[in-house]
Amino acid sequence: MKAFARLLERLAFTAGRNAKLTILSHYFAATPDPDRGWALAALTSTLELRQVSPSLLRRLAGERVDEQLFALSYDFVGDLAETIALIWPEGSNPGPEVTLSDAVTLLRETGKVALPAAIAGILDRLTAPERLAFLKLATGNMRVGVSARLARIALAQTSARSVEEVEEIWHGLQQPYTALFAWLAGGDRPEPASSAPFRPVMLSTPITPQDLIPLNPDEYFAEWKWDGIRVQAVSEGGLRRLYSRTGEDIGAAFPDLIEALDFEGAVDGELLVRRDTEVAPFADLQKRLGRKLVSGAMLKSHPASLRLYDILTWQGEDLRPLPLASRRARLESVNFISDRIDLSPLLPFNAWEDLTDLRATPPASVIEGVMIKRRDAPYIAGRPRGPWFKWKRDPMVIDAVLIYAQSGHGKRSGFYSDFTFGLWDGTDLVPVGKAYFGFTDEELKELDRFVRKNTTQRFGPVRQLAPLLVVEVAFEGLNLSPRHRSGLAMRFPRISRIRWDKPAAEADQLQTLRAML
Amino acid sequence: MRADEIVYPTDKGLYCALGDFYIDPLTPVPRALVTHGHSDHARPGHGAVMATRQTLEIMAIRYGDDFTANPQIADNSTRIGTVTVSFHPAGHVLGSAQILIAPDNGPRILVSGDYCRTPNPVCLPFEPIPCDIFITEATFGLPVFRHPDPLTEISRLLASMAEFPERPHLVGAYALGKAQRVIALARAAGHHAPIAIHGALKRLCDYHAEQGIDLGTLVSATDPGDAKLILAPPSAFASPWVQRFRDPVISYASGWMTVRARARQRGVELPLVISDHVDWPQLTATIRELAPQEVWITHGTEDGLMRWCEIEGIPSRPLRLIGYEDEPE
Ligand SMILES: [Zn+2]
Ligand SMILES: [Zn+2]
Repeated sequence: MKAFARLLERLAFTAGRNAKLTILSHYFAATPDPDRGWALAALTSTLELRQVSPSLLRRLAGERVDEQLFALSYDFVGDLAETIALIWPEGSNPGPEVTLSDAVTLLRETGKVALPAAIAGILDRLTAPERLAFLKLATGNMRVGVSARLARIALAQTSARSVEEVEEIWHGLQQPYTALFAWLAGGDRPEPASSAPFRPVMLSTPITPQDLIPLNPDEYFAEWKWDGIRVQAVSEGGLRRLYSRTGEDIGAAFPDLIEALDFEGAVDGELLVRRDTEVAPFADLQKRLGRKLVSGAMLKSHPASLRLYDILTWQGEDLRPLPLASRRARLESVNFISDRIDLSPLLPFNAWEDLTDLRATPPASVIEGVMIKRRDAPYIAGRPRGPWFKWKRDPMVIDAVLIYAQSGHGKRSGFYSDFTFGLWDGTDLVPVGKAYFGFTDEELKELDRFVRKNTTQRFGPVRQLAPLLVVEVAFEGLNLSPRHRSGLAMRFPRISRIRWDKPAAEADQLQTLRAML
Repeated sequence: MRADEIVYPTDKGLYCALGDFYIDPLTPVPRALVTHGHSDHARPGHGAVMATRQTLEIMAIRYGDDFTANPQIADNSTRIGTVTVSFHPAGHVLGSAQILIAPDNGPRILVSGDYCRTPNPVCLPFEPIPCDIFITEATFGLPVFRHPDPLTEISRLLASMAEFPERPHLVGAYALGKAQRVIALARAAGHHAPIAIHGALKRLCDYHAEQGIDLGTLVSATDPGDAKLILAPPSAFASPWVQRFRDPVISYASGWMTVRARARQRGVELPLVISDHVDWPQLTATIRELAPQEVWITHGTEDGLMRWCEIEGIPSRPLRLIGYEDEPE
């Protein structure tokens, strides 16, 4: 449990992705089975444990610590699990080190009646950092900023395997992943215990109009780029799964679509909310994401659908080695029966100019550009440069005023690099978003100097700025968001230009942004 | 005479009426007794200053030789007015002392200043002095503060340096006491390579070396060479000074690092819980050991300590001295 506690603490305070990968890799390399497997399950939020309620924990602490002292401490620390971890009386029962497996077993197998005493008993045997790790585990609240994808990259780094190979077998694996670690160390490849596995997806690279000129349009297909979620729908051997492009199984949130997967194969396409022929904006799809239970009303008002553009396997045959033109022909020959499933149409074009025109005037607002794919390319996992391109529509832009700055981490340590910007609402500046990138290293230095010279107030690590500097913010889309004061949330905002020349009073109005919706 | 007629708080700080002097006064006074050299306790401009030799030398380094017209080294016992005062090691920083005020007849009052019970290679250990009134700080006066063994904490720093050998490790540490302690701990844990220090730490590190505390080879952070361990005062982290380091691990050595929100607020990647103050178990154990008739609390989270005293049946009261809020810790 000591190593796991150290791991969580390091991850919780480390912002850099590479540093996180190093920490994870070292942990997996240094920790024996089955602890490292349980840690992997805990980090990727797939560990099924009995959830312990905050009120039970508070009651246990109340049996050991004076109520007033506890209240004063909780007030100071601000986090319940942390307060209990710190305040729990020490050293009442030292013994051999408790392993993570011991903790997991306790939380999986203890009955409801025996649970309070079991938790108190294990807390007595742990040190403060271990107690915090245990309590985070027990309350299902890890929050260390590690995605399943990041964990798989770290696993691949500790071995000669690629992350695509890890993803391919991921869903058939049993916790605590002993077969996975054996394979990564050079042992046999674990055979997927279940069918309907995820196939690592093929990704595209961005392209500009200049890059297109030397390419022969006859060798390419073009499709719309839909503003939904890339998914892989697999229906094999009676099992139906819906995977995100990183291999997360998101099927539980989309029972309506799962029901429609009445075929034997694996197909690739875009998850959308569609009402008859009309595709709803991304925000509608977002409402369906991440839910464990979807209400009947939601299923009706926000019906999920699948718009296909590729086919990977069909009735036991692996089609991925075939050229795209052949796969497309196979896809078009299938009758998917359900009207929730349709095909993404191929766009007619002879010259790149035709495609330029189509991209400029898409027939629907949920189209965010065009995809360009080589007809003769097989389906290759990863992001090979060349066969698939995305040519996104031009971003929306708005001129905003910088209002807060916060310093960055890692390579940007000491530089104010995280900005909050706002738009005018009368004489008020209303925050509308945050941007961390888009500027060059040279511009970062200039922005840093600006922040230091124009700070009006400090709140911890945050500096409030005099409303003087206008930046052009580029973004990919706009959603309604009750969580933001402006009522709007931008997608992928970044600083595309610094307008040293523009007076702040001439920045855009909030109204202008609303009108873009 | 009652204790609270002999010593009581004023807007200039804690005042002893029988000796007509202040202890750690906040504004210039005719006569000051100073427990230790931290800038919130030791301020310039007093008419006369009595303190340990080392505290007086530290004040001269910080404020210049003319910080007072009349420095007096506290030796053995000294008669001031109708009280006898004596200085005793506090285990907090180099030169730090507790001050015992003994009236001819009346309660013995011990002003502990800032103190710590964990062994510290850069200063003398705390000496328990029997007293009737124990005047204590309560910087970490809540039961959540249980400082781990400082060597364990320093080994976490060295482990991180081994895990990220390319990344410079920048440790924030106050210039007096904490910086030298972190260096001495790193040496004790086996880090023998040169350690780089920010310019603001140099004179006090030199002074510790002159006092016979071996800190090993120290180089300037402006030209650190191969040194991957760099110490700086915490304020340097908010200045462009940090920008010279590529992809640094920002660390901070302080008792406040126990609380994660505090560490996050400072943007720390590697919080190290190393404190020069008593933690809760030490604070409460010290009170039990001294068994005073009353506990007076100068500054810190006094509510927690007062509640504990109430449970233990020890009379306590807060002095609510202001001006020690930005505790160098
Ligand atoms: Zn101090
Ligand atoms: Zn103090």
